[in-house]
This record gives sequence, C-alpha cells and structure tokens, in this order.
Amino acid sequence: MSERVPVLRIGDVLLVSIQVDLDDQTVLNLQEDLAQQIVDQGARGVVIDITAVEIVDSFVGRMLATIAAISRMLDAETVVVGMRPAVAITLVELGLSLGGVRTALNLEKGLALLRRSGRSERT
Amino acid sequence: MTQQDAFPGMVKLLTADGQELATGWVDRVAGSLKGRISRNELDRELTELYTALVEALRDGVADAHADGMSEVRALLTELSRNRARQGFSPTETAISVFALKHVLEPVLQDGSDQDIRAYLRLGRLLDDLGLFTIETYSRTREEIISSQADQLLELSTPVIKLWDGVIAVPLVGTLDSARTQVVMEKLLQALVDTGSEQAIIDITGVPAVDTQVAQHLLKTIVAARLMGAECTVSGIRPQIAQTIVALGIEFGDIVTKASLADALRLALKKSGVEITRGGGVGR
Repeated sequence: MSERVPVLRIGDVLLVSIQVDLDDQTVLNLQEDLAQQIVDQGARGVVIDITAVEIVDSFVGRMLATIAAISRMLDAETVVVGMRPAVAITLVELGLSLGGVRTALNLEKGLALLRRSGRSERT
Repeated sequence: MTQQDAFPGMVKLLTADGQELATGWVDRVAGSLKGRISRNELDRELTELYTALVEALRDGVADAHADGMSEVRALLTELSRNRARQGFSPTETAISVFALKHVLEPVLQDGSDQDIRAYLRLGRLLDDLGLFTIETYSRTREEIISSQADQLLELSTPVIKLWDGVIAVPLVGTLDSARTQVVMEKLLQALVDTGSEQAIIDITGVPAVDTQVAQHLLKTIVAARLMGAECTVSGIRPQIAQTIVALGIEFGDIVTKASLADALRLALKKSGVEITRGGGVGR
C-alpha cells in the first residue's frame, strides 16, 4: 500500500501539500482523491504546494498538468505554489512549461490569486 | 670523479666568497627589476634562498625535486607567487635563479677542473630550479585569471529591488550559457527571497541579440513564470528590435518594453500601485 497525500480543505479551496517522494501509485491515488473531494466539497479552487519538492522529472511535471486538467473539468482552478528555483530550471530544461497551470510564489499569494479570480468570475 | 665529490665542490664554490657572492647576486637581480622591488626585500628573499640552497647541498642533495630541497622549493614558490601577483614578467621572475650562474662565472677564471665540474653540476640544478620557478609563476597566473573570471561573473549580474514586489536585472555584456545560468539562478532565488511577483530583465547593456541569447532569455522568463512571477523585458534598442524581427524570434506573449521606466510603470500597475503626479514646485 503506497502512501496517500492528504487533501485539506480551507473554505472553498482544497490544499494538497506534497511532502513525500511521488511514485506512480501515489499520484494515481492523489488524482482519484482530489477529483472525489472536489465534487463532494464543491471546491472552487485547488492549491498544490510543492515547496518541499526538491527533485522533479517529466513525470511530476505531467502529473501537475493532469491534475490541473482534471480540476478544470470539475470547474475548479488549480494553482501550483512554492516552486523552487532549481525545480523551475529543471522543468524548463525538460521543455515543460505547464501551460494552463497557474503558479504563485507561495501559499499566501496562491490563495489570494484564487480569491481574486473567484471574485471576478462572480461579478 | 664520482658524484659525491661534486657536493663539497659545489658548496665550496658557493661559500668561497660568502657575502660577496650573495651581494653580487642581489645586485644583478635588482638591476634587472629596475627598482620595482625594494633592495631590502630582495636582499631578504635571496639571502634566505642562498642559505637554504647551501644547507641542502651540505646535506648532499643536488636534485631539484628531492625531499631535501623542499625548503628551497618553498622559498621559490613564495617568490614566484609574489612576482606573479605584482605583475612581473616570467623573465624577471626566473632571473632571480639564473643570475646566480652569472655571478659564479668570475669565480671559475682561475678555478681547477674540479671547480668547473662542480659549476656545471650546480648549473644543471639551477636550471631545474629556474624551470620550477616558471612553472609556479604560470600556475599562479592561471589561478589569478580564473578567480578574476569568477568575480566578473558575480559582479556582472546584480539583482536590484526597484519597489516592493518588483525586482530588476540589468544585463551588461554578452550573454552566454554560463552567464545566463547564473542570471537565471540569481533572479529566481531573488524572487523567492523578496517574494516579488514582477521581474524586469533590462537588456540595454547587451550589445547584440542572436537566436541563442533570445533562447536563454525565454528560458529564464518561462522559469520565472513557473514560479508564479511575471517577467518583462526592457531596454530593447531600435537595432536590436530589427535584428529580433529579422531573425524571426518569437517572444510570444512575453511583454517587451523599450525602456526600463515603461517596464517599471507596467509592473507597478500590475501589482496595484497607483502613481500620481503630486502638486510639486514645477507646476
């Protein structure tokens, strides 16, 4: 049984903080949990915190894009926060620009971003 | 004549005139350096070297690379390093060793066969020591050059905070892969450290933009975006704009501005800062 990444709820935003090394099964579990939770909780936004992630490969890059696509299908916006410089450089070198995924420097700014875009949608 | 006989001969040759020889040596070296090193310093350096050399020969060591010569080598290393740092030429450095041969020549005029043999052997030793000096000298020069290159790299890429949440990197000089890497790392780290959401890359000081430089710039901007910051490129001169278009480089949706001032105004606007002209004296 591989580890499950916890999905936390703050208001109408779901927070996923990735603190462990991701293997295939963990990622599949996370996608499943997240999709379920978005529907159950009626979440409007998803924040993926990757502050603790030090090494990425194309697999992790694709995972972020997939999660964003799934969330968008369920009408929730995804923000990836806390990417380290080394991780950003690696992703660029790998040719992954994560189109369609919004990013923010840290959790606080990510939440603010979601609040802003939520407000503009409603008005 | 065996090797062993040569040592007393060499020592004798060196010590026969004692102080006079050392003084002659210092005179000769001082003459070639044209007073750029004080006489006292030279005197101290060469006397130490002379003493160490005689000491080593007394112990029966005549090989420049043997353990017994370590004292001599250490002194020569220090000497060559100092010369290299002070900007002397290789000749001016090696003369310190080779001058001893010149000084010894007059001693040979009424010398015996043994003296001449000892001189030749000593000459060979001094040649080796001279080469050692040159080698140390050039190694020191290389160290100086590489450390300067590092410093230049550090100096040439400052990251400036222009406003709360706005940072700028003024690029000066040609961009290559190594420099872009440093710029990229510094900029991204500064984004994290200052929590800035706006970054301006100013290329006023970049003499030419080719496809490679543009590629490097684009990579930096995409990386900054991944971290959640927006990048603006500013300081694009008319010729550079023409080159970029002629080369068919696509900047896509990256915002470019002609001047740093324009870029700053845009960045401030995006971060929600409003600028108004106050009722100053000029109005």
